[in-house]
Amino acid sequence: MKRVKTLLLVATLVLSMVVCAACSKDSGGSSDKGGSSNTGTTNSTNTSNSKIKIGVVNNPPSESGYREANVKDMETVFSEANGYDLKTFYSQKNDDQLQAAQGFITEGVDYLLVSAAETTGWDDVLKNAKEAGVKVFIFDRMLNVDESLYEAAVVSDMAIEGDTAVKWLLDQNLPVYNVIHIQGAMGSDAQIGRTGALDAQFASGKMNKVVQQTATWDEAEAKKIVESVINSKADFNVIYAENDGMAKGAVAALDENGITHGVDGKVIVMGFDCNRWALRELLAGKWNYDGQCSPFQAQVISDIIQGKRTVTDKIIYSVEKGFDAKTLTQSDIDTYGLGD
Amino acid sequence: MKKSFKNIFSNGLGQLTIPIIAIIILVVFNLFRDPSFFSIEITQNNEGNNVFSGNLISIINGASELAILAMGMTLVTAACGGQDISVGAAAAIAGSAFVKVLKAGETISGGRVILAFLFACIVAMCFGAFNGTLVAVFKIQPMIATLILYTCGRSIAYWINGGATPTFSSSIVTAIGGFIPGVPIPTPVLIVLAVAVIFKLVFHFTSLELLTQSVGINGSAARLNGINSTLIKLLSFIILGLCVATAGCIGVSRLGLINHETLLVDIEMDTILAVAIGGNNLGGGKFKVGGSIIGAYVIQTLTITLYAMKVSSTDVKAYKAIVIILLVVIGSPVVKARFGKFMTKLRAKKTNACVKGAE
Repeated sequence: MKRVKTLLLVATLVLSMVVCAACSKDSGGSSDKGGSSNTGTTNSTNTSNSKIKIGVVNNPPSESGYREANVKDMETVFSEANGYDLKTFYSQKNDDQLQAAQGFITEGVDYLLVSAAETTGWDDVLKNAKEAGVKVFIFDRMLNVDESLYEAAVVSDMAIEGDTAVKWLLDQNLPVYNVIHIQGAMGSDAQIGRTGALDAQFASGKMNKVVQQTATWDEAEAKKIVESVINSKADFNVIYAENDGMAKGAVAALDENGITHGVDGKVIVMGFDCNRWALRELLAGKWNYDGQCSPFQAQVISDIIQGKRTVTDKIIYSVEKGFDAKTLTQSDIDTYGLGD
Repeated sequence: MKKSFKNIFSNGLGQLTIPIIAIIILVVFNLFRDPSFFSIEITQNNEGNNVFSGNLISIINGASELAILAMGMTLVTAACGGQDISVGAAAAIAGSAFVKVLKAGETISGGRVILAFLFACIVAMCFGAFNGTLVAVFKIQPMIATLILYTCGRSIAYWINGGATPTFSSSIVTAIGGFIPGVPIPTPVLIVLAVAVIFKLVFHFTSLELLTQSVGINGSAARLNGINSTLIKLLSFIILGLCVATAGCIGVSRLGLINHETLLVDIEMDTILAVAIGGNNLGGGKFKVGGSIIGAYVIQTLTITLYAMKVSSTDVKAYKAIVIILLVVIGSPVVKARFGKFMTKLRAKKTNACVKGAE
């Protein structure tokens, strides 16, 4: 009897472990921070000779809302209907990505598009591509390689994103700027880019820094930071949160303490990422601004491939969008919003 | 009366001495720094309710999840002589399950919130039972056993959320994470109170406290005395599961958003700390749930104090560590023994002096 019991227990444990493994496989590498393993998947649509063959090496859509939009953008622009034969490979491991890229070259694709997990180690593969006559585009993240090895790099510059947001804030012509600055995880690209422009304003004395704290992307931490400012009775009229989640946390603290915010409120609320739910807050007038690091690079690359756009400077920075609550429309949310 | 006072003086408050002294020092320090630090004001929030606000409210409100988890963790610590390091990850799973049910229907009604909470409880209890089975039946060290869920828990939460950070808005859920209309005290504080009362009642009407202690002090001896130690250990993990579900749901309700990466992140370490500051032996055995609750408030007071002093939040952890090292060292048996010896010596000297004086 006891043995049967033990056996049963072992069976349930093993079963639940398998379920766990299945889950984590599904969600492998859930974020930049997690960096857990991920199984790469190769999809290929049917091959036809008349079509332009594209091989895309990217990070997995499960990484973030940003990546999901990025992957979807690639798949819509380089569709069969648009005259492309698309092969994709998604992984968060640089080594797997390198192997896949080499595989695409051997298969004989016309163009290789890369958004790498790491910025280094790509020289050899890109040299092979050049020898094989495969043209390379870098998108989203810049690679640390010689300029001769790629056709063009369509990449984001986080600093532009911060500049756009701060420029918008200056355009509001507030009599005084008392800013609560909630930062993301220190040292991340997004944090550095989004902080830089605002730091310059603090340094020039145009804006006053009420508090500048990192909440490491944590919504609850952002709420605590704003709460402590409110409790200290310090005056503030701008909240500059470096992502949507932290802006939401900050707003929760304002709501609990009866401080108005948004279009007609006392405090201007700024967020980043342009999640659909955040843009809906903007549309409702509860927030004022949401900045986006554009995940849409496919159209630019497609234009270059089809000769509609000539490359003058090899590094092309994506146009970063910023939405103002006063001018935002529902169609903007549908087109540019991330996630749900 | 005099005797009991003397008793407290000579023996201290027992296990609660350190946490109470710690919280008194923090309070005095803050009053010295800013006399209005603990002042409470009544403000009208954006929903039109009159509510209390101020640092004191921030402290007791902000520590709610930690206090609830600390209560459950105390039981696990006492019964198993080890800690569950997966509470944060498990809370993310419970929170995700909660949101999944909330968003399953078109509107969020009161019934649905209750259903969602019950579902979250069941999910968290299942994961608690999983941990408990590994510890109680397979005799794996608690930290190793719970390391599994610690590692994969947030991935599971991510999977439940479908790869996004779902948001929702509902006045009922906002009331759970914020204020019930007409009640000026934050709801999470009331929930902590309710959980504490439930613990007290369970200890009063059942012999769970005694059984847990005896299992923790010597599991084999307890079994020889007819106590099912496997069951008690398993039960402690399942009760912790309930606490995890409650904490997870509060965390989600506060913001109206579930982010699997950040919900109650790093809370497991604070929870274990709260248990330690509360004077509980991390090796199991005798325990006081009240100590852990005070421990939780000590940690939160420290955090809010540092924020109020505008210490950079990257440095907060370092300062926290310094204070905690001090607390734990002072509370360690070695220092206690030395201090006891010193006191007896002092007393002996005094009596000697008295005797001499009489001569």
